Amino acid sequence: MADKPTPPRPAGSGKQPTRRPASSAAAGRPAKSAGKPATPGKAAATRPKAGDVGTPAAPTGYESLIEPRNWAATLFAPVGGFGVTLSNMFRPTVTEQYPSEKVPAKPRYHGRHQLNRYADGLEKCIGCELCAWACPADAIYVEGGDNTPEAQHSPGERYGSVYQINYLRCIFCGLCIEACPTRALTMTNEYELAGPTRAGMIWEKQDLLAPLRSGMLQAPHPMVEGTTDTDYYRGEVTGSTPAQVAWVAEHRPDDPTLPGGAGLEVANVPGPTAAVMAATVAAATKQGTR
Amino acid sequence: MTILSSGPTSKLVPSAPAEARPTPTDTVTFSIDGIETVVPKGTLVIRAAEELGIQIPRFCDHPLLAPAGACRQCLVEVWAPGRDGALSKMPKPQASCTLEASPGMQVKTQHTSPEADKAQHGVMELLLINHPLDCPVCDKGGECPLQNQAMSNGRASTRFVDVKRTFPKPIAISTQILLDRERCVLCQRCTRFSEEIAGDVFIDLQKRGANQQIGRFDTAVLGFEGETPLGAAAEDTSGRPFASYFSGNTVQICPVGALTSAAYRFRSRPFDLVSTPGVGEHDAQGSAIRVDHRRGVVLRRLAGEDPTVNQEWITDKDRFAFTWQTAPDRITTPLVRNADGELEPASWLEALDVAAAGLRAAASPVDPREPATGWAVLAGGRLTLEDAYAYGKFARVALGTNDVDGRARPHSAEEEAFLGHHVAGRTLEVTFADLDKAPAVLLVGLELEEEAGIAFLRLRSAVLDHKTRVLSVAALESRGLQRLNGTLVPSAPGTEAEVLDGLSDDVVSALAADGSLILVGERLATVTGGYSAALRLATRTGARLAWIPRRVGERSAVEAGLLPSLLPGGRPVADSAARVDLAAVWGVDSLPADPGRSTGEIIAAARAGLLGGLVVGGLEPADLPDPAIAREALDVVPFLVSLEVRRSEVTDRADVVLPVAPPSEKSGTFVTWEGRPRPFPQALVSHALADHRVLDRLADALGVDLGLQSLSAVHAELDQLGGWDGSRVAAPSVAADEPPTVTPGTAVLATWHQLLDTGRLQSGEPFLAGTAKRAVARISLGTAQSVGVLDGDLIAVSTDAGTITLPVVVTEMPDHVVWVPTNSLGSAVRDALHADAGDLVRLAPGARQNQEASA
Repeated sequence: MADKPTPPRPAGSGKQPTRRPASSAAAGRPAKSAGKPATPGKAAATRPKAGDVGTPAAPTGYESLIEPRNWAATLFAPVGGFGVTLSNMFRPTVTEQYPSEKVPAKPRYHGRHQLNRYADGLEKCIGCELCAWACPADAIYVEGGDNTPEAQHSPGERYGSVYQINYLRCIFCGLCIEACPTRALTMTNEYELAGPTRAGMIWEKQDLLAPLRSGMLQAPHPMVEGTTDTDYYRGEVTGSTPAQVAWVAEHRPDDPTLPGGAGLEVANVPGPTAAVMAATVAAATKQGTR
Repeated sequence: MTILSSGPTSKLVPSAPAEARPTPTDTVTFSIDGIETVVPKGTLVIRAAEELGIQIPRFCDHPLLAPAGACRQCLVEVWAPGRDGALSKMPKPQASCTLEASPGMQVKTQHTSPEADKAQHGVMELLLINHPLDCPVCDKGGECPLQNQAMSNGRASTRFVDVKRTFPKPIAISTQILLDRERCVLCQRCTRFSEEIAGDVFIDLQKRGANQQIGRFDTAVLGFEGETPLGAAAEDTSGRPFASYFSGNTVQICPVGALTSAAYRFRSRPFDLVSTPGVGEHDAQGSAIRVDHRRGVVLRRLAGEDPTVNQEWITDKDRFAFTWQTAPDRITTPLVRNADGELEPASWLEALDVAAAGLRAAASPVDPREPATGWAVLAGGRLTLEDAYAYGKFARVALGTNDVDGRARPHSAEEEAFLGHHVAGRTLEVTFADLDKAPAVLLVGLELEEEAGIAFLRLRSAVLDHKTRVLSVAALESRGLQRLNGTLVPSAPGTEAEVLDGLSDDVVSALAADGSLILVGERLATVTGGYSAALRLATRTGARLAWIPRRVGERSAVEAGLLPSLLPGGRPVADSAARVDLAAVWGVDSLPADPGRSTGEIIAAARAGLLGGLVVGGLEPADLPDPAIAREALDVVPFLVSLEVRRSEVTDRADVVLPVAPPSEKSGTFVTWEGRPRPFPQALVSHALADHRVLDRLADALGVDLGLQSLSAVHAELDQLGGWDGSRVAAPSVAADEPPTVTPGTAVLATWHQLLDTGRLQSGEPFLAGTAKRAVARISLGTAQSVGVLDGDLIAVSTDAGTITLPVVVTEMPDHVVWVPTNSLGSAVRDALHADAGDLVRLAPGARQNQEASA
């Protein structure tokens, strides 16, 4: 640009090329602004023709749109900014004291995932891989498996034998939740997902499974007698039955979820990855707390 | 490197020219969606639309099956000229899959006709009424024509509020094939496949109206004749338990998820899978397959599409038997036997050095009086063309011997001459297309369904199309032959040569018809004079003669010169011009001129302690005529190098084991029985080396540059070498043996492999194994009476080596002959009896405990 002749800038007007075509004064401005036009012929030139590279734009000076201040405003301008500071001193504080004080997220916040259970403790996930299919970040990996009479994990024929979510990849968009045909996968409000290792960010099925609630029996166990998977989908199963309890008592007498067992606290042990991450987050919280 | 001649006139294994489409004589001009098109007379509207790129939804239509018009999804609006020539609309929408194009017809598909679109939406809604919509748990989900077309040509939401018809969830038709009747839309593709293509009618329509369903037949219509599958199975329409070798194809053509396979059940989704084209490694048919894999694991294989070879069908063995490639006993690193006599993992450099040192010591022993000297190479029958070529070149250049044989099965010098004379270098003289056109086909020593599944299907479609006359020289009429409407020319094993010489005039005149074929199997090697008689018959009748071996690598071994008297491309070892030609290409001064020893002779020499070193690739001792002798030989031989994919009886005895890649981890070229090259790419990422690369490195360690380090190097050399138009090996002329004298209590053994048996390439696949036929012994009524057994009793078939006890099935066949499967569960003939077809065996009523012991 240095070799191009620069038209002199008229006093009081800045460069403002965008305004020129719309302005009715556009035609007149070159003459007005060109007090000492270096190249009057070029300044008056119309639009450059196609391929006419290097034709300089019409020399228009900068014209500010801001009204010039009056004398009083100009006088107080150096200290005007303190007004903002002073006025905020009388407004409520919005700073959150995280992690000293943890404010709950909004109810529909997209936090980490959870694999839900039916009321009798069977898993809702059927291993259909639709969540993996929907995932735009390729963060989910699922393998299906066959439910057998000896090991019924979910209602129907199929269950998810492998379920992994990679939180290094997950963008928390929630498309997986929308894709899930059984509402097995939902999102919690949990947002503290951090860890020092890559492997620690890949959550397995045992990390993601929802904790057992009262009335639930640890899977695998048979479906409620006389029901089909459709009854489960319709929400007609409201808790475990004596037959299911008897089956678990026969096959896993030490199961903590049995009536008279060790209890849900013993049963609800977080998965290893989840436990490590919980410890990491707790340590970070402690460190960051005032 | 200079070539003496002006250059090869043809390729070593030339690929077939593309088949020219016949120009139709009669054509029809009509229009679809306003686009005028000219098609051959008799073309279905749906096919013509495909040609124009107009998609019409369909379920029952399949190009290789007869039109059925069962699903009604392909409805279109049709205007046709009436008798007066005026164009008038047909009153109702027509099914385009059964409608032949006629002149002046105007077809409007759903793209231009609201009426056709509405009709298709209505049909789709009807089909979905009883469909469970359990797509999330269905294996077809994601690649399902019903799913796709319900989206493209169906309503967005259902209006059906009633209770859907339900059936018990999947019923197992066999251990491999599962039927979920809820999902079925009654398109009848599976039943039409089993009737028209395979001939195993195992499922059919039952009941009427809204209750109509695909089902298995549970009534015993006829007594079954002993082809029971090992696992639980439904019965087919004739009341026989279902054991089809082609049942997997119904899973693939099912347009919904009604038929699924147990092996692939809930394993993955189509979007997980990466597909690579491949070629079946289980037989010499060269079936095109599609290998679907996820993260380095092959999950399933599907039939590929190749109209010139396998059309769209493959055998269940090609489809389901692939787990052997990743079996737990896979060898991943070189192994070297240490001072304690244990095999231990070693680096490639170390293993190759040890192997080279051992082979060198074998060539020049310290003590010159040492009898064990010299090398030999044995290669199994499962090699690609490139690997077979490398074994041959390794033996002849690096080891300087013609003692190389690729036949790991019963063989004979007569067979070697036959292969050199009639098979090697004569590629694509008889092809699958010739099977379609032949007026008469004579099978000798060949059970098509068991040993050549695709040739069986092609011949069966020819039989149904234009009544091809099929004749089989065999001991008994198998179910496969019955489905070919074949005629048995009964012959006791060992008498095939006499039978061929004495064929009736009727058969000879049938074979004299233009285009007739004689197909001989590898089993003819056990018949003295068999190949000579087949060649005589071909000369006498003018019928063309083709050799259909069982294993995938047999033909490539012959083409690549893996025979003691044969060099690549059909060049005879005995021909000095051929040797000079080859030596020029290989860049060596001379090649060994003495014909080498065959597999049997090498084994015998090794057993006698006359062999210093042995290089063995892909060979099972149990495949050899006498496994006990082979094992002894492998024990005795001073230095044994084994190239193997998995641990085997050979690797257990080897001094150095070099791992090689299975087919899914290498690229290469299989050669079909026709001599058609079937190149395939590498499916999985792998560090495993193909045989030719291992042999190149081994030769390098021996100080010889084979120049076969890459596939392109091998191909360049094969191209440079080219075919051979010089002299051939002389035709065999061996007189037939006198048949053995059968004394009371003895019988002549007849045997052949069943497609699904206890072969090593089928291990690790229990669902497939369940569909294999149960082993039985077949004898005639007269033989049964003389032995004193009834149908269903146990019979003990024995030699001095051992006994096989199997249930008897009385079959119409020559007296004093007993048939047992070669290598099925409870019937390992070669291992137990050390005998083969044509040998004498003793028969006696079997005791129950013997049967359990042998099983």
